Amino acid sequence: MNEMSAGLRDLRIALVGNPNCGKTALFNTLTGSRQRVANYPGVTVERKEGSFLSPGGRRVQLLDLPGTYSLRARSPDEVVTRDVVLGEQAEVAAPDLLVCVADATNLRIGLRLILELKRTGRPLLVALNMFDIARHRGIEVDVGRLSALLGLPVVTTVAVRRGGTEALLAAIDAQAPPGEADAAWSAPDAAGLRTLQREADRILAAVVRVPDRRDAVTRRLDAVLLHPVAGLVILLVVLFLMFQAVFAWAQPAMDLIEAGFQAMGAAVGALLPEEGTAGLLRSFLQDGLIAGVGSVLVFLPQILVLFLFILLLEDFGYMARAAFLMDRIMGGAGLHGRAFIPLLSSFACAIPGIMSTRVIDNQHDRLATILVAPLMTCSARIPVYTLIIGSFVPDRPVGEGAWSWVGLQGLVMFGLYAAGIVSALGMSFVFKRLLWRGQPTEPFMLELPDYKLPRVRNLALGLWQRAKAFLRRAGTIILSMMVVIWFLSSVPRPPEGATQPAIEYSFAYSIGHAVEPLLRPIGFNWQIGVALIPGMAAREVAVASLGTVYAVQEAEEDAAQLGQALAGKWSLATALAFLAWYVFAPQCVATLSVIRRETGGRRWMWFSFGYMLALAYLAAFVTYQGARALGAG
Amino acid sequence: MSFIADSVLAETPAALDLGAARRGFRGRIRGLRAFASGGLPAEELERRLLELGFVEGAEVELLHQGLFGRDPIAIRVASATIALRRQEAAAVLVEPM
Repeated sequence: MNEMSAGLRDLRIALVGNPNCGKTALFNTLTGSRQRVANYPGVTVERKEGSFLSPGGRRVQLLDLPGTYSLRARSPDEVVTRDVVLGEQAEVAAPDLLVCVADATNLRIGLRLILELKRTGRPLLVALNMFDIARHRGIEVDVGRLSALLGLPVVTTVAVRRGGTEALLAAIDAQAPPGEADAAWSAPDAAGLRTLQREADRILAAVVRVPDRRDAVTRRLDAVLLHPVAGLVILLVVLFLMFQAVFAWAQPAMDLIEAGFQAMGAAVGALLPEEGTAGLLRSFLQDGLIAGVGSVLVFLPQILVLFLFILLLEDFGYMARAAFLMDRIMGGAGLHGRAFIPLLSSFACAIPGIMSTRVIDNQHDRLATILVAPLMTCSARIPVYTLIIGSFVPDRPVGEGAWSWVGLQGLVMFGLYAAGIVSALGMSFVFKRLLWRGQPTEPFMLELPDYKLPRVRNLALGLWQRAKAFLRRAGTIILSMMVVIWFLSSVPRPPEGATQPAIEYSFAYSIGHAVEPLLRPIGFNWQIGVALIPGMAAREVAVASLGTVYAVQEAEEDAAQLGQALAGKWSLATALAFLAWYVFAPQCVATLSVIRRETGGRRWMWFSFGYMLALAYLAAFVTYQGARALGAG
Repeated sequence: MSFIADSVLAETPAALDLGAARRGFRGRIRGLRAFASGGLPAEELERRLLELGFVEGAEVELLHQGLFGRDPIAIRVASATIALRRQEAAAVLVEPM
């Protein structure tokens, strides 16, 4: 604040609280769509900021800090939270007010954090969130008394309901000028934590009636979902349904997008002549721009369905259960139980997955998770898998009767996902043995929150952010790669009276042929060679590149018929080798740069690039030669 | 670092460690006897347990256990449910209720 008057500049507020206290829901309610998230979607990991206008007319900048149990800052995430709270974070001005969000149904741990925060001397406001659920469960909190005992303003909030934040907004407007931070703050030791928890327990006893009644719904659900056997079976079924849905639900929307781009391409084709310079422009617009962007955009529905499932499971409270169920299996592979959530996020995209490994405190556990996260089948592989499966795997049920609802294509997809999971677990096992022999995995400790009905608003906001991130990628990296690929495959133009297809005169043809000897043992032709190069920039570009290469080659054929074109040109062995390659394919440039950032150097980036390239080549080689031996050549 | 000296615990034979408890066990925390585990020094394990609410006097109940080696376990600690492994739960000394 200092010399500036409070009315002149925006009020800076930060939300602090335990994981699962409903902080992010509160943030969404307060800021709505006026929020900025770092480039990559994830689960409250990156810096998340938004703004809103208070009822008193004050513009408020709201920062959503990563959830934490204390200010001790064991993980990079918690370091950010501590530094912002203490006003020591670079490039973030000290907040004028900390809103400490506590789950009213589980005040005990939250209250200890509030007491810890109070010792920092920063201006604090306590928000008892999920107050409606607490009341519904018969938990009575004497808010006035709590405020008096804490010596802090306390308001109740219901983040997910309209009007549920009125008291908080009023308190923000009434907020007194901030005090000075206590420079002498230091992290509490065990004795300090004990003292704080006892103080919290004392306050709880004084202000809360029926403090620890267990949620009946959670109890009944957990009896089934955490059952040693049934729980694991249900987890597998949930994952299987998720992948079936990715295919079934997205299809109508995909057909629509595909038809739209086809119509657009046809319209451009009708406007411009085929010959001369205009022909080059026509080819650029039709084969490069429209076909390229269309072939990537068409996967937006699938990516949204996948993210919808991940967000639903996260909001419902199932993710922590999945980590519980998977802990021993992950542990067998040398991974931490907490690695399950980063790895599951990597199904959508390795970038948020790698970023959310920050919840893993131990450096080696974290590094092992980062190295194998790109092996989980990210959504960018979906276009590649869909194209090949659609062209080479018949669309029919696996069996009769009871099995008639399981599609063969979905089953193959599931198999590819399973291959990714198995190889991720296998590789982490290998890394743990080879790189960090004899170093134990950190203890697994995780809070299992009560189940909550996911809110449409939160889901919609989450999906919107992810759609935006994908479209931005499609609009920048992918689009520019497409233009480069089109250029390489269209220039130089064939001479007058050329008899061969146009592409055979292009740069792409020369490049493809140059790398072909290397790719022949794994069954790849020169067109694949051309597509693989940009595929390293972003995996899904490989599809668009194949589309461009084949569209330019077959000027008369429709670009959208790529699947049929491939079915006629590739052997089954090549198709299978291509799938095997993409199970391991070196991750996109964006993922590599995130690995570099998160591991603090190029070393691990090159390491993961190298080992994945070697695995991809090996897997494609074995698949191709094996399939040929079995007569699929 | 444990809050209650081991000699005191020795006088109450009913005290046992939470890592050995069966499903359905209900009890009260008598003390923490942390040890180095999973690469963490004893002091750090103790602090982590404290942060999750494992403090003397708190009521605990073993709600769920995993399939393999009955591990990990889900413990109700007052108003929260915490998942952890039996190995680390052994640092929590409890008396049955």
